[in-house]
Amino acid sequence: MGLLALMYLSALLAGWIAPAGYARQFRDSPAVKPSSAFWLGTDELGRDSLARLLYGSRVSLTLAPAAAALATAIGAAAGITAGYWGGWIDTSLARVMDLFLSVPWLFLLLSVRAVLPLNVRPLESVGITFLLLGLLGWAGPARVLRVAANQIASEGFMVQARARGCSRPRLLTHHLLPNLAPVLAAQFWMSIPIFILSEANLGFLGLGVAEPLPSWGNLLAGLQNMDTVMSCPWRLAPLFLLLVVMACFHMIVPMDDFSK
Amino acid sequence: MITRVASLAVPLFLTAFSPEASLPAPARGGELRFCLHAEPKNFNPLMVSEEPDEVIQYLTGSVLIRINRQTQAFEPELAESWQLADGGRKIEFKLRDGIRFSDGAPLTPADVVFSLRSVVDPAFHSPAGEPFRTGKGPILVSQSGSHSIVMSWPAPVAGVERLFDQAPITSARAIEKSALPEEMPVLGPYRIAGYRSGSAVLLARNPFYWKKDEKGRRLPYIDSVRLSIQQNRDLELARFLRGDIHLINGMDAESFDRLAEKRPDEARDAGRSLESEELWFNQVARAPIAEYRKEWFRSRQFRRAIAQAISRADLARLVYHGHAAPAIGPVSPANLFWFDAKLPVPASDPDASLASLKAAGFSLSGAVLHDRQGHAVEFSVITNSGNKSRERLASMIQQDLERIGIRLNVVTLDFGSLIERITRTFDYETCLLGMVNVDLDPNGEMNVWLSSASSHPWNPTQTAPETPWEAEIDRLMRAQAIETAFARRKALFDRVQEIIVEEAPVLVLVDKNSLSAVSASLGNVAPAVLHPQTFWNIDRLYFRGGTGR
Repeated sequence: MGLLALMYLSALLAGWIAPAGYARQFRDSPAVKPSSAFWLGTDELGRDSLARLLYGSRVSLTLAPAAAALATAIGAAAGITAGYWGGWIDTSLARVMDLFLSVPWLFLLLSVRAVLPLNVRPLESVGITFLLLGLLGWAGPARVLRVAANQIASEGFMVQARARGCSRPRLLTHHLLPNLAPVLAAQFWMSIPIFILSEANLGFLGLGVAEPLPSWGNLLAGLQNMDTVMSCPWRLAPLFLLLVVMACFHMIVPMDDFSK
Repeated sequence: MITRVASLAVPLFLTAFSPEASLPAPARGGELRFCLHAEPKNFNPLMVSEEPDEVIQYLTGSVLIRINRQTQAFEPELAESWQLADGGRKIEFKLRDGIRFSDGAPLTPADVVFSLRSVVDPAFHSPAGEPFRTGKGPILVSQSGSHSIVMSWPAPVAGVERLFDQAPITSARAIEKSALPEEMPVLGPYRIAGYRSGSAVLLARNPFYWKKDEKGRRLPYIDSVRLSIQQNRDLELARFLRGDIHLINGMDAESFDRLAEKRPDEARDAGRSLESEELWFNQVARAPIAEYRKEWFRSRQFRRAIAQAISRADLARLVYHGHAAPAIGPVSPANLFWFDAKLPVPASDPDASLASLKAAGFSLSGAVLHDRQGHAVEFSVITNSGNKSRERLASMIQQDLERIGIRLNVVTLDFGSLIERITRTFDYETCLLGMVNVDLDPNGEMNVWLSSASSHPWNPTQTAPETPWEAEIDRLMRAQAIETAFARRKALFDRVQEIIVEEAPVLVLVDKNSLSAVSASLGNVAPAVLHPQTFWNIDRLYFRGGTGR
């Protein structure tokens, strides 16, 4: 958690650590090696790689948790409703979840991007990308939460509470939700790296975050060429950072929580 | 990538290419290997439309007149000679004697008449016939003597010879066997010896190929050609470096530099090609974009100021690692006969650009440019996603425009959505795309420059020209299309190029270089900018030592 906080802090202080900014092109210094002027060198257009990494971290580390929160919230609403009420509501919601899980989300994202207005600023475009990821990514958590809610709803303490005339809202807020909290937390933390990777995948395809704004996705897209990576190993910095973040998230969510 | 169809002219007759004629006789034998980037779809020479089919057609087929890929001049191929008559309405060919198909059967004038009639027959839908059918009325083909063929049009056609470079000569017998390509008789240096779907096409020497070298030896020198089907360009380069294949055409700058670092003598830069990157402004009246933006895009001063603000030299240097050059006009200098050398080399000058915008009523407040009505100057550029070079171009243009207070939003779309926007809905503001000029002659560009044309980038299919300068371009293009004297045609087309540069409806940014990889074991290789760059003289290529590596 401390390491994540440190990374987030350095991303927030990007303007101070790398004052050159992420968009400025030093056209006389394209693809230079790390130096005192450019600690992580520059990219092909002469942009400061450190600045791009820090600003990219800010984007990915802010918006991926937001998308994860959105997906978990929608997933929780759908999953708990289906698992708790059961019957035709459960069947209908389960079919909707299956439908969402079977939708080729990449093509859906392509189609949605195609109908969005053109004059969208880079920051808005990155927001839209993560919003779409969040809106499309709820079915996975919903499925898990549906099963968990269903199990808890048939537990003895729930049956007893119902028999004593406990109201439905009270049952949900005082008995079901507290018992689902660890699963909800696990789903939230697990979704963050998934969304970071999804955005990275979109970046590989040239979609996602618009130029000149950096994100881990479009920074990782620069690693497609193995020869470049071998000759300029410092370009692996975004990958290293992504691995560290993923490891941190996995440490935050212990394995027994994953098994839930 | 949009293909701009075009053409070549000027009947120059040159002797066969032989750069190493003074060296010892090239050895025979070996198997040449290179990649096709997709599965071949059609072995019928009359129905060739895609790149893999074109490659096979080039290696196995023959034509009456061939455009020399290096000099860009016409050379007699199956036709020993030809003559234009009737003010450009008629062309008469005299066929070479003793030409045989790969099965030993002789080529007859009846075969040539059959081929040409099939090509120009609208009912046959041969892609090679489209450039022939530009005018109204029937095109007639007939045998005029024991070795002569005549083709005639109802109206004069300028630069007609170049059409025959793409018109395959075959026979009814060959077409019947095109479903069994191994049995199909051909006239080119190779015949199809085997095809394994998804894997490779194997070509073997045509034992009856008519061409001989200076020492009287029958060509080609190389025994066979293996065309591996390989879509992935990175794997193609890896295979080249391993020695699995001998040639790569059309490399991107990054791969080329990687190769040049490891094998400098095998990386071949043939200089400016006919491929360019262009940015145009949407000028369609019914386009669903803000009126004030349409007004900017219709302003010549605005378009020229944008052109002036962009540093083409930086684009060529940074995005293409120097394997490109700032474009001068709509025709690349690689087009030896039709490039207008009088056009000025464009220079980037942000200060002059800003001054020009201010003169047009724009004003800079803070770091943001505003128009007369107070709208901040901000617009979007669409380009296709997944093309790294194009995304970098857009990013650099974005920074260039920021210097003069203009905000450019870069939008990458999948290719289908992009094409829909630029051809049907017109829901875009500016577009950045690549163009390839596959035909050198201006007649091949009628579909681009005429205001009524469907590929007129900035405002297609106009019922009548919407601006005086487009009307002038229409007049000039139509005049050159029926003008048979080269000098007069050139003057007319030069004026078209000048108008495009003056009015700047489309900004041609860079001309990309033609980059290829050629194994050091191959002799007589002379990469050209025209397709097929490295193996245009396939019958003269040979392996040093005879068998290749």
